[in-house]
Amino acid sequence: MKNIALGQYYPAQSPIHRLDARIKVILAILYIVCTFLCKSALGFAVLALSAILLILLSRVPLRTVFRAIRPILFIMMFTAVFNLFLTRGEGDPLWAWTVTPKWTMQIFEEGIYSAVFMVIRIVVLILGTSIFLTYTTTPIALTDAIESLLSPLRIIRLPVHEFAMMMSIALRFIPTLMEETTKIMNAQKARGVDFAHGSLIKRAKALVPILIPLFVSSFRRADELATAMECRCYRGGKGRTKMRVPHLRFGDFLSVFLMLAFGTGLVLLNYYGFGYRM
Amino acid sequence: MGEFFIHAKDLWYSYEENDRKMPVLRGISIDIRQGEYVAILGHNGSGKSTFAKLLNGILEPEAGALTVADIDLASPELSDDDIFKLRRVVGMVFQNPDNQLVATIVEDDVAFGPENLGVPSAEIRQRVDEALATVGMSAYAKHEPHRLSGGQKQRVAIAGLIAMRPSCMIFDESTAMLDPAGRREVIQTFEKLNREQGITVLTITHYMNEAARADRVIVIDDGRVLADGTPYEIFADPGRLISAGLDVPQCTSLIHALRGEGVKLEGEPITPEECADLICRALEEKKNGNAHA
Repeated sequence: MKNIALGQYYPAQSPIHRLDARIKVILAILYIVCTFLCKSALGFAVLALSAILLILLSRVPLRTVFRAIRPILFIMMFTAVFNLFLTRGEGDPLWAWTVTPKWTMQIFEEGIYSAVFMVIRIVVLILGTSIFLTYTTTPIALTDAIESLLSPLRIIRLPVHEFAMMMSIALRFIPTLMEETTKIMNAQKARGVDFAHGSLIKRAKALVPILIPLFVSSFRRADELATAMECRCYRGGKGRTKMRVPHLRFGDFLSVFLMLAFGTGLVLLNYYGFGYRM
Repeated sequence: MGEFFIHAKDLWYSYEENDRKMPVLRGISIDIRQGEYVAILGHNGSGKSTFAKLLNGILEPEAGALTVADIDLASPELSDDDIFKLRRVVGMVFQNPDNQLVATIVEDDVAFGPENLGVPSAEIRQRVDEALATVGMSAYAKHEPHRLSGGQKQRVAIAGLIAMRPSCMIFDESTAMLDPAGRREVIQTFEKLNREQGITVLTITHYMNEAARADRVIVIDDGRVLADGTPYEIFADPGRLISAGLDVPQCTSLIHALRGEGVKLEGEPITPEECADLICRALEEKKNGNAHA
């Protein structure tokens, strides 16, 4: 239990790991936009290539990366099937099957394209964001980056610092609370509570004696932590300095430039591309 | 600064329980000078922790006078800024090491205090490195707190306070949840702070062996000061400690038991080493005495 990893951060030395976390958040957003700019077959081919290039650059093993896709496999198949059968094309259908006199299933050339494109788009979307955000950025760096990027919103009195502080305390206490859950579970098991057998409702009920002590102790912890923080002169974000002051380097600017160029390239491919266009 | 760093006179405090006032401090008076190493002893519910919480502005005194670092804590005009000023000078380490660490990385946690004080970034870096070196945790700067042992976590918490450069540190039962090894690490750390950096150390405890190492021991019972003196003076009277619901250090009970059996022993040892010395000397004398006779 002591070795649980926070998030899915994969420690490695790579050009992407070295980028400033704020830049990575911006890059992830730009990359999402890029996936939606794609409208031609060539564009999608380039997009898929770019995702592979990103994975190679990040030095995260392929197997780890594809773990991110597993949870959305079903949605992907669902989208693909719908696009395949429901897209109407201009030419004759490639395949048709009259189920009832009123309802025929048809597959058009456009349907195949749009199914393949959709799958590429979803995969690239997930891969791109996980490479930039979860795999190469620690959760705490991500929290700091979000705080820094959202800081202009302080003008409209949004409690940006407080939000980031809550996030980082939550991250800090995940392992502690998990350890505590194990302890409580063991204590209840020792008293004969059975978590593994019985109907779903019975098992759900067995969780109550875990959740209640866990909640009580979390409130106690929160109270003690608040006192300890006040004793360390915490007064919210006002007048606070930071030990780490992130500095943007040449690579950070270069990466944003490359991403913008990539997006422009994709838009241009939409006009000059061959094959199917959406 | 006045004569005393901490000056408490006839201090009262009560908790409210079912609309009834339960007094825990009943007119306590304690004076502590800058640079002292004081242990406050008392059984559970004696009011020792309440006293510590008053010193740091967590609780407000009900009646009496309390001045810490020239800040009048009993004043009705006490502002939040005064409390802030107080907490810059008086740091407090609590019992549960888990519930005082804020950050996911050790060095970030140590930086938390100085960050709150608005110290410039470069100086925070320097303070954090120094503080971690002082508690001997430099090698763990990049570790996650949940992977550390209890004693190590508590040392990180101490480093977090050192980085704020306080002149006094209060340890509120900070060793109570630790195993013997962790306890030793933490006690050594605060002795080091007192001896090498001249920080006033106040340790609230019910462990006799911890109290025995302080320069001065104050025994609190039922919200009042029962005894105040050097460990030698305090432990010379085991009856008084027992009446306050406390144990006597094992060495002290051993010596008193031996005396009860008619063994002639001079002095009041409180550490195991002193105790062993004393018994050895007594044995030598006895041997010599037998040889002469």
